[in-house]
Amino acid sequence: MKTLTTAQKQSLDGVFHTLGKAMLWTALLTAVVFTVFPFLWSLLMATHDRSTMFSSGLNLALGDQLVANYHRLLDIMDFWVGMFNSFSVALLGTVTSLLFCSMCGYALAVFEFRGRKVLFGMMICSMMLPPILTLIPYYMVINTIGLSNTHLAVWLPFSINPFGIFLIRQYVVASVPKDLLEAAKLDGASAFRTYWSVVLPLLRPGLATLAIVQFVFLWNNFLQPLVVLTSSDKMVITQMLRSVQGVPNTPWGALMLGTFISILPLVVIYMTASKQMISGLTSGAVKN
Amino acid sequence: MTTTEMTDPTTVQENAQRDKSDRQRTFWHKTTPYWFMSPYIIIFGTFGIFPVLFMIYLSFHTWNPVAGLGTMEYVGLENYALSLTDPTLWQTLWNTLLMALYSGIPQHLVALPLAYLLVQLGSRARHWLTTAYFLPYVTSTIAISMIFFVMFSKESGIINQALTGLANGSLTGWAFGWLNGVMPLGWVQENSLIRYSVSFVVFWKYVGFNIVIYTAGLATISDELYEAAIIDGANSWQRFTRIALPLLRPFIFFAVTLTIIGNMNLFDEPYVLTRGLQQASTNGMTISNYLYRVAWEWLDMGSAAAISWILFMVIGVFTGLYFWFFGRRGLGGD
Repeated sequence: MKTLTTAQKQSLDGVFHTLGKAMLWTALLTAVVFTVFPFLWSLLMATHDRSTMFSSGLNLALGDQLVANYHRLLDIMDFWVGMFNSFSVALLGTVTSLLFCSMCGYALAVFEFRGRKVLFGMMICSMMLPPILTLIPYYMVINTIGLSNTHLAVWLPFSINPFGIFLIRQYVVASVPKDLLEAAKLDGASAFRTYWSVVLPLLRPGLATLAIVQFVFLWNNFLQPLVVLTSSDKMVITQMLRSVQGVPNTPWGALMLGTFISILPLVVIYMTASKQMISGLTSGAVKN
Repeated sequence: MTTTEMTDPTTVQENAQRDKSDRQRTFWHKTTPYWFMSPYIIIFGTFGIFPVLFMIYLSFHTWNPVAGLGTMEYVGLENYALSLTDPTLWQTLWNTLLMALYSGIPQHLVALPLAYLLVQLGSRARHWLTTAYFLPYVTSTIAISMIFFVMFSKESGIINQALTGLANGSLTGWAFGWLNGVMPLGWVQENSLIRYSVSFVVFWKYVGFNIVIYTAGLATISDELYEAAIIDGANSWQRFTRIALPLLRPFIFFAVTLTIIGNMNLFDEPYVLTRGLQQASTNGMTISNYLYRVAWEWLDMGSAAAISWILFMVIGVFTGLYFWFFGRRGLGGD
């Protein structure tokens, strides 16, 4: 049979089409399983203790140690102190950066002044500088001005995030009409008044994006706290989780429970606002 | 806006008063931008400019931070000489480079085709899948590294358990039986394996970020181009390599740049997977980890400052070369 009838051809196309679809979905869903599995596995481990975890052979059944693990977790670290510290660092840092970045972004967008280009250049340079290189001078300054072992030291240097300043500047240029600023000036509003009650409300989407970026960064940050925060009542949660790794006979089940709880706040926010978070966290990379 | 050129007849006194308030106003007016910029100027001056200058000074001295500033001693170029001849510095630089390659190349090789498949779906399905892929990027590197540290565990980790299962399974034994000879694998204990383990975690965490960038890039390519290609008889693969890839070039360039910068700073993942640099650290330690060790474990701030400057030069040279070779082409000839 050399030639196929049209009907045969069509049904063959259909088969290929379905096959292609099936392969496409297999690839995409395999990737999903691959991505989500470690999270589920950590939750599973949170229900096991050392004895059931170390039984050789694949064990995908739920254990009964969840509550016991929670008590073990509280035994080995001040878990909720760490969570609270992380939260206060992230919150204070985010709020302050919203204020500072919007002030600077507004100034760069609206005013012509001497030194503007120099400031611009410095910001670009500081963005290209790998953070690890500034870690030692950062630590020296913190030490010298007496901020060691304070939360302020962990969030203050990031409150003038150049990325955030550029982001806000772009928003001011794009979404604050020049006429509106002129009108406010004619009405006798001071520059600060204009910024506070005219410009800021218009910047809401930009501020939301910046808030997401800053909060996620500060919540997940490890390097600066590791260097600066030394007493256990000041430590943030990432630091606490890491430090338990050195304990002999680490209760891994308890630790997995703690790890899972520590990522929950961001995951919950992410579940409710994934679109905004994805576009916010990639806004430096993707213009939309 | 000045009021002095007003023609109204006014007394001298009134004029003087007005002048004063004018001067005040012009002062505030002229300095307004600087008031708005003051947070940046103050904080960047304190944490950016001053320390970098101080670091130059420090790199010519020895200083133990625990003993205080008074213990600083001038040693000339000794820190640089020591660092440049320090084999560990070059070893960790090499580790950093290798892990950047092992984690970076697969990231883009997986993200590109997946993004290409994603854009062919309806927006709802695409949104759900993207949400799943992006999840690791939102979670902290420490948390993720802790989870993988347990998964990589020698006796009880799921990876070794799964491999044992494959090696002894009746269906898969013929292909994986040889694994029994090397089990259990010390993914995070052995120097020969640690780079792959760290790279895998880095790959897993950032592949979703790249998928999002590439999806956004692919969305900018108009459907008409693909339709024209279909009429010309191009198959799916040709459409990917001849249309999508060339038009994605600026996005690829950008994403690869971010990967390189990110890998130069790699700290958290190797730090956790080597159990705080306690095991398999010869091959697993990155340059950032080493800098941390010199400064905060050995408390040799002077050497650490010298290493920072050497690192700065190395990164500068590599960045320059990268932009020189790929910059113009990467940005599409603009």
